Amino acid sequence: MAEAATPVLDGYNFAYLDEQTKRMIRRALLKAIAVPGYQVPFASREMPLPFGWGTGGIQVTASIIGRDDTLKVIDQGADDTTNAVSIRRFFARTAGVATTTRTPEATVIQTRHRIPETPLAAGQIIVYQVPIPEPLRWLEARETETRRMHGLADYGVMHVKLYEDIAQHGRIATGYDYPVQVAGRYIMAPSPIPKFDNPKMDRSPALQLFGAGREKRIYAIPPHTPVKSLDFEDHPFAVERWTRRCGLCGAGDSYLDEVVLDDAGGRMFVCSDTDYCAGRRADGHTGEDAGE
Amino acid sequence: MYVAVKGGERAIDNAHRLLAEARRGDPATPELSLDQIDQQLALAVDRVMTEGSVYDRELAALAVKQARGDLIEAIFLLRAYRTTLPRLAVTCPVDTARMSVRRRISATFKDLPGGQVLGPTFDYTHRLLDFSLAAGGGVEPVDTPPGAPTAPTATPKVASLLASEGLIEADDADPAAGPAGDLTRQPLTFPAGREVRLQNLARGDEGFLLSLAYSTQRGYGRSHPFAGEIRMGEVAIEIVPPELGFPVEIGEITLSECEMVNQFKGSRTEPPQFTRGYGLSFGEAERKAMAMALVDRSLRAAELGEEATAPAQDGEFVLMHSDNVEASGFLQHLKLPHYVDFQAELVMVRQMRHDAMAAAEPGDG
Repeated sequence: MAEAATPVLDGYNFAYLDEQTKRMIRRALLKAIAVPGYQVPFASREMPLPFGWGTGGIQVTASIIGRDDTLKVIDQGADDTTNAVSIRRFFARTAGVATTTRTPEATVIQTRHRIPETPLAAGQIIVYQVPIPEPLRWLEARETETRRMHGLADYGVMHVKLYEDIAQHGRIATGYDYPVQVAGRYIMAPSPIPKFDNPKMDRSPALQLFGAGREKRIYAIPPHTPVKSLDFEDHPFAVERWTRRCGLCGAGDSYLDEVVLDDAGGRMFVCSDTDYCAGRRADGHTGEDAGE
Repeated sequence: MYVAVKGGERAIDNAHRLLAEARRGDPATPELSLDQIDQQLALAVDRVMTEGSVYDRELAALAVKQARGDLIEAIFLLRAYRTTLPRLAVTCPVDTARMSVRRRISATFKDLPGGQVLGPTFDYTHRLLDFSLAAGGGVEPVDTPPGAPTAPTATPKVASLLASEGLIEADDADPAAGPAGDLTRQPLTFPAGREVRLQNLARGDEGFLLSLAYSTQRGYGRSHPFAGEIRMGEVAIEIVPPELGFPVEIGEITLSECEMVNQFKGSRTEPPQFTRGYGLSFGEAERKAMAMALVDRSLRAAELGEEATAPAQDGEFVLMHSDNVEASGFLQHLKLPHYVDFQAELVMVRQMRHDAMAAAEPGDG
């Protein structure tokens, strides 16, 4: 349920950042949308939350949010993880906007590590928090070099890496932050979402914005843009599968978190998307560990 | 059966209350005042002002108090406050030759105009714990020595003495260069200009710069430094209000400055001469200024045609990793939940183990 707007913190501008800074960030966002998947450098500010804890996403959200928006913040798919609580509070205090946990009710969704299971709709904006925006970083440490590689679409080293994975492990050994190619041009880091979520980015009707505060980069995927997870014809991209269903709502189509129940190997699996799980239970679905 | 990780909001509130209680400590012990921190933990305040990029002793003292003495946390507090401040004016460049010097030493000349002034330094103290301090002993007032300057006089720079003979490179501002860059307003790009490098180093973590500078002394990018001059004291801050059109003094700040003089064998275009490394910090932060000067000189390797082989000579490596607010945040973000990514790894490792064991299983036949 949406929670009503709260009074705004005295002495700070709406959504914390001053209007000049928001304008600078919005210019970077426009450029990013115009060149899908390209990392636009921007003059990231120190925020009152630490770098690495979502400052890029927070700056993007602060620059686009308006008084009529309804904000949802998730971390690991859940609305009630501590950092999601902290960021949602930050915007409730500094912008006084309405907040929600319901995916369809939100106009802006800030996320860390997941894309909601409920498909996003036209008009929604999802803002990703990004730790390392450079998909080539683990292959080439130097920014001067990776910028050149992107400029020339010199992506051979990435394909070699994926090939070596297959040669050594029989599969592409990347479970999260699985690289994608946007609109047939730039290779892009989808942020550390599980590769399970990668297909949701493809031709999404929602606007997808990415903010990396510490690394001072912004990038974007406009609505309906093709996003392809890198693969080979004979080793097509595939997502994670579980043999179990969600213990609470019985969902067999959602990303599951593993919960350790005891020290004797007891495990249960539950939806990582808490809103999706709660919605299914409200509709009468139950899993085998529900009840009691 | 399943206990959801609910109640994050209440847990956060409780953590904040515990923190406030721990910060205060035993209520029977008198609370620290900002004046006490400013004056008796002055060097902590200086470091926080330097790396926090704000010259304000009171705010820095508040940050030290709020951060329970964790200086990197205090620097973060001050930086986060700094971003909300409007920019009212840009000062004229400070003239450290006109510093009202409280300390001034040169390791390159035995005596020189202006003299050597030790000032309030730890140097030459024997590092013996002084138990009289624990007992709250008083301090004898210091008499001003006879002949000490009463009014500030210009003290010539050591480097300018060398420059008059052409023995050291000029340090005139490059007229072709535009206005100095500002890292807090433009993202860092490479190759970075020297003024941007110096700004980065001035804000950089003292420990990181100290270790990098030390590495150059041990041979990882040796630069043959001499402490040409180290000075500390007060300099006037001036601005030119547009309605007046001439500089007006608006106050003074304490600075520590270090000019290293480094050997240079010359190149095809330059005769052999000494080169410079420069360090500057707010307050009394001499170690920081010295480390900065060594690293500044190391980062000039490419410009001087030297082969860059060591970490301290690698601009991208040094400048991208010097900021402790960035580094501390990213390091500590590992405390945030990562169970979605970890689950992805678990699924993959289990699958790969399954495949590997199936492959290793001996056949029936």
